[in-house]
Amino acid sequence: MRYLPHTPEDIAQMLEATGARSLDDFFAVIPPECRRERPMVLPEPLTEWELNAHIDELAGRMAGSRGYSVFLGAGSYEHFIPAAVGFLASRSEFVTSYTPYQPEMSQGTLQAIFEYQSLARRLLGMEVANASMYDGASALAEALLMAVRVTRRQAVAVSRTVHPLYRRVVRTYLDPTGIEVRELPFRPDGTTDPDGLGAVEEIAAVAVQSPNFFGAIEGLQTFADRAHAGGALLVGGFSEPLAFGLFKNPGSQGADIACGEGQSLGIPRSFGGPGLGMFAARMAHVRNMPGRLVGETTDLEGRRGFVLTLATREQHIRREKATSNICTNNSLCALTAAVYLSSLGGTGLRELARLNYDRGEHLKAGLAAAGVRLPFAAPTFNEFVAVLPQATHRRLMDARIVAGLPLAPHYPELPDHYLLCVTETMPRAEMDRLVREVQS
Amino acid sequence: MTEFLGTTGLVLNEPLLWERGRKGRSGFSLPRPDVERREPPAELVGEAPDVPDLSEVDVVRHYVRLSTWNFSVDTGMYPLGSCTMKYNPKTNERQAAHPGFAGAHPLLPAELCQGALQLYAALECILAEITGLDAVSLQPGAGAHGELAGMLVFHAHHKHQGRPRSKIIVPDTAHGTNPASAALCGYASVPVKSSERGVLAPEMVAAVMDEDTAGIMVTNPNTLGLFEENIKAVADIVHAKGGLVYGDGANMNAVLGKVDMGRIGIDVLHLNLHKTFSTPHGGGGPGAGPVCVRKHLEPFLPVPRVVVENGVFRLREDYPLSIGKLQAFWGNMGILIRAYSYIMSLGAKNLERASELAVLNANYIKERLKGTYQLEHDRICMHECVFSDKLQQAHKVSTLDIAKRLMDYGFHPPTIYFPLVVPGAIMIEPTETEPKENLDLFVASMKAIAAEARDNPEALHQAPTRCKRRRLDETTAARKPCLSG
Repeated sequence: MRYLPHTPEDIAQMLEATGARSLDDFFAVIPPECRRERPMVLPEPLTEWELNAHIDELAGRMAGSRGYSVFLGAGSYEHFIPAAVGFLASRSEFVTSYTPYQPEMSQGTLQAIFEYQSLARRLLGMEVANASMYDGASALAEALLMAVRVTRRQAVAVSRTVHPLYRRVVRTYLDPTGIEVRELPFRPDGTTDPDGLGAVEEIAAVAVQSPNFFGAIEGLQTFADRAHAGGALLVGGFSEPLAFGLFKNPGSQGADIACGEGQSLGIPRSFGGPGLGMFAARMAHVRNMPGRLVGETTDLEGRRGFVLTLATREQHIRREKATSNICTNNSLCALTAAVYLSSLGGTGLRELARLNYDRGEHLKAGLAAAGVRLPFAAPTFNEFVAVLPQATHRRLMDARIVAGLPLAPHYPELPDHYLLCVTETMPRAEMDRLVREVQS
Repeated sequence: MTEFLGTTGLVLNEPLLWERGRKGRSGFSLPRPDVERREPPAELVGEAPDVPDLSEVDVVRHYVRLSTWNFSVDTGMYPLGSCTMKYNPKTNERQAAHPGFAGAHPLLPAELCQGALQLYAALECILAEITGLDAVSLQPGAGAHGELAGMLVFHAHHKHQGRPRSKIIVPDTAHGTNPASAALCGYASVPVKSSERGVLAPEMVAAVMDEDTAGIMVTNPNTLGLFEENIKAVADIVHAKGGLVYGDGANMNAVLGKVDMGRIGIDVLHLNLHKTFSTPHGGGGPGAGPVCVRKHLEPFLPVPRVVVENGVFRLREDYPLSIGKLQAFWGNMGILIRAYSYIMSLGAKNLERASELAVLNANYIKERLKGTYQLEHDRICMHECVFSDKLQQAHKVSTLDIAKRLMDYGFHPPTIYFPLVVPGAIMIEPTETEPKENLDLFVASMKAIAAEARDNPEALHQAPTRCKRRRLDETTAARKPCLSG
């Protein structure tokens, strides 16, 4: 086996040095009642060639390999990824290193993550961003737990326009803690109803996502003002951070915590993972933040360098009193996002966001002209809700078009509603084909 | 030592990203606008993001230079205890990057993602076979996420029994994430000391186990690198009081093909695919932490579950007792493909061989360094061994100095000051992918450092001198945090 370098001579010499007669001797410390009763039964090993063929065969049974036009977003977006991004994020030195516990020989990762924290903070309009969480959903759950720590209140309010799968993860995290989750209704235009807030004095946080799950842009400032008036925090969520290339970010609208999914920023969809949990806050709350932080410092000779810092929040030191149990995070995805953002630059980010906006509007206009009802009037970024009879959706599928995500499983009151997404990668001809097929 | 490996190269300086670049540059091939430009409502439009404008060359040089400041498994031996820094096969990267998978949307209808679902189902079966447990969820995104899943299963189980519990037993050798994960479920940790032999003593567990205790969290082999030889007796004590046994599978690399986790009484176990199953650590993640359970706990696993009906795979949601969801989607597919590829490349015999060689390597280092450094438990170890700086303290040399000096010799240091039960711990895990000559060089370097500690301790206090940076001021970094630029 090519990953196992030991020759029989090596093994013989090493056994001699240890005083063992055979490899089995080492396992004699395991009591018989703990041993396997039979060897493992697994598939026969494959050569590298056979493995390629096997994976090709499996991957061949995925939509992308079969010429489908996929108008799906809903928290996972197709954006063009420059070759340089994949190339740089594949550098062995980044990929095959551990968490940078020894800063002197991990300055590459540390500076790159410091830069990621800086770019993430700027993009979200916040004061401090951490080194990453698992994904947008777990980041939201951690944000709500953080708000509970900061305010010492035992309830949170979450808009129903927050990604429904994120809300389910929130329930998983919060259920055993006894923290109450109140859901905020949405208005006919597809945005959260501020009048649904109720007594803000009882809640730790108000969580609103923008663009929200329906693709609609929420006015976070209203919620920030109401939350702050009652001593609660505003959590600004997102699943499509590219929108902040064009629209106001959470920080500029009063968010105390901004958190969401960063997959959009140069990370392949990869069937939903790994993604990038982005997490940022105000400096006043930094010691209550979950996750790792990289900080700037100097070395013995006074040169700038970077280290993991504020570790007293973390489980290595605080154990059960830690702000979170997160240890391994999604560092390489954070680095990838930083490479992507620096490739785009501020100028490119604005332009790419505009292209996404324009294309969303183009498809909306085309569908509306074709007689499709777009139920929500609020402005959107690159995805939106359309009403299509189920039969039409099925017919489109036969024409190799996945015309959005059905909303009914998540919102029973929205039958025949589909969430459609279009980014810069969708050829105009495909959008026009969708419009034609809807009409036919 | 006149030859220093890996530390005499040309290392270029590189400023921060925003200290480079010029307004108006771009490293991105933007598509031509092919639809009408529309003006968004002005009141919603924000300021242009404050991200520097760089050319593609600027970006490439920047990150290539940064990468050269990192030590990695592909650079050299990385014997970080408890982290299993084995070689990360390159074919696995190819498989995970396959456009059919990498480009797959997670919410595709089942008929359009059969390949991914089949791989999920196969990997679940494989991990069940390897651990000896009955059912697997691949959803947790990391080891600590798997622990959280496990604790949520404990919580849901006891709630379902109508007897929620408030405490959990955590041995003093546990990973710090164990008590932190338990705390998320509201469990108070009850610490238990390990015996003089470095393992759990059944009577110590019996003394604290009661009917308000949800169970115990055990790492086996433990963080001293020792097999918990009383595990079955411990499990019996916990089960007798209605508790459950959690196995932290971070150290599974020692016992593949050797131990049946179900047979020894483990009810729930998480695996770190980024340790045992060769997926890269990525400078801190992403990983994957599948959670495996015995049959009676299967109804509590996260949803959705992968099922096969009439030869068609699909994701099924209707499990009323499930703890719910841990990530928005189905788990870290990119990592799962790598682990699957690794297992398919090795097969059962080579996986078992990998454990045998990992244990051989650790015992070899243990025997060769014994006497030069203080060995905490002089007996057969599993995949890692724990020394301390006790013999060097007379020269005012600490574990930290030894670790830093090792960098000058071209090695990543072992894990230091962990486990907490060994003051000044030096925890060495070579893994099976290091050949004998690398171990010999490591041993020679450690012996040279021990000699320096005696003859020239200042060389150790000053170390490292050959890295990109000298020792960094961590105190000021924490006292006056500068967390972004």
